[in-house]
Amino acid sequence: MSQTLTATGFMGVDSGRSRRVSLLRNVSAESPSVSIDGTSDQRRAAWMAAAQAGDRRAYEKLLADSVALIRAAARRRGVAFDHLDDVVQETLLTVHRVRHTYDPTRSYNAWLTAIASRRAIDALRSHGRRDRRELHDELAVDNHPDVDDASAATESEQRARQLHDAIETLPPGQRQAIEQLGLRERSLSEAAELTGRHAGALKVNLHRALKALRERFHGEP
Amino acid sequence: MENPDVMSSPQSHAALIDRLGTELVPVRRLLPPWLRTVGWLLVVVAIAVVLLLHYGAEPMLRRWTGTPDLGWAGMGAVITTICAAWSAFALGVPGGRTGWAWLPLPGALLWIGASGLGCLRTWIAPGTQVASLHQSADCLVFIISFSIPLSALLILMLRRACPLRPVLTAVMIGLASAAASASLLEICHSFDAAATDLLTHAAAVAVVVAVNAAMGGRLLSKRASAPFP
Repeated sequence: MSQTLTATGFMGVDSGRSRRVSLLRNVSAESPSVSIDGTSDQRRAAWMAAAQAGDRRAYEKLLADSVALIRAAARRRGVAFDHLDDVVQETLLTVHRVRHTYDPTRSYNAWLTAIASRRAIDALRSHGRRDRRELHDELAVDNHPDVDDASAATESEQRARQLHDAIETLPPGQRQAIEQLGLRERSLSEAAELTGRHAGALKVNLHRALKALRERFHGEP
Repeated sequence: MENPDVMSSPQSHAALIDRLGTELVPVRRLLPPWLRTVGWLLVVVAIAVVLLLHYGAEPMLRRWTGTPDLGWAGMGAVITTICAAWSAFALGVPGGRTGWAWLPLPGALLWIGASGLGCLRTWIAPGTQVASLHQSADCLVFIISFSIPLSALLILMLRRACPLRPVLTAVMIGLASAAASASLLEICHSFDAAATDLLTHAAAVAVVVAVNAAMGGRLLSKRASAPFP
């Protein structure tokens, strides 16, 4: 199936279907960098309609297919690169929760983009709050005079990547605990609700994960 | 033109997608906005019928023929009711245009304009029965006490929706219920518009819209941002 036709290619190949493009004018006006390929939107709409009826395979394909769209919407809102994945996860959770609000006669891309943009704004607000709070600590600013230095930035990026990689190697339970409680700063009850695990188990997993990471970064020769 | 997704963590997305897939159950689709609007309007019409049976349509029609601008104001209130209710429901569906929130504006202008004109005429041509402050207070109580259940019903009907602009949606809810209450008041309103009366109407509508924006917005935004059902 030709799923990767560009807008111009699509219109050139099959101009008879241009009304589908006009259906999507809404989306393309709002999100110019999203493909205006009519067939991909229709395919997603059909998948979502099947998912609403309980088709798991269609649903998983749709969500995997939606990640790029969500990232594009978040980037357009100005979300930093490091936080794009947070927005993707939050949007996927919201999509899951409000999937009954989608009307298959309308554009899926527009529906998804609206939700992703809202989650992107939420992320920007929460990071903005956190940044403001941290900037007030003058001592911290004085102690890090090279914050704009390119090498320092690269170094911290490397450290972040190392930590990311280390977290990836943890067992799934521990990884989940540290992602939810440590990285996303969720409360124990929120994390328990999201993951479907007991708060006690999450706590134990968090401690184990922290111990494992400490050993990896400091304990090993 | 976009950066390649070098930092993406497909593993964690795949894990989440897998988990959401296992939790997938068939859902009942949300009814289209216009259908839910009709449902809510039917309740308003039912209240109107009860009021008409109690008070009769004659005093209202007599007032309207005597002072046509009051009829126009009533018409404006009805149009505002319909448009604001529809926009509230439309705003509860992601991906719709936020511009629909302007839809109630023409109706509201007619409503406010015609009421203001009525008030002006009372000053120019005195003699019509003017509401005292006490009677005006009754209007205030009427509008607020009818708005509360009508707003509550709208919030209840929006509980499954996903209003991404909760405060704007709540303002629409407030406007719809205040306009509906003002329309219902037309049936049992025994006097002409006067400055005091108009002021209390405006105050009542402002109170209803503001309370909705403050409270309803919070209720709705909780719903829109809650992590899970």
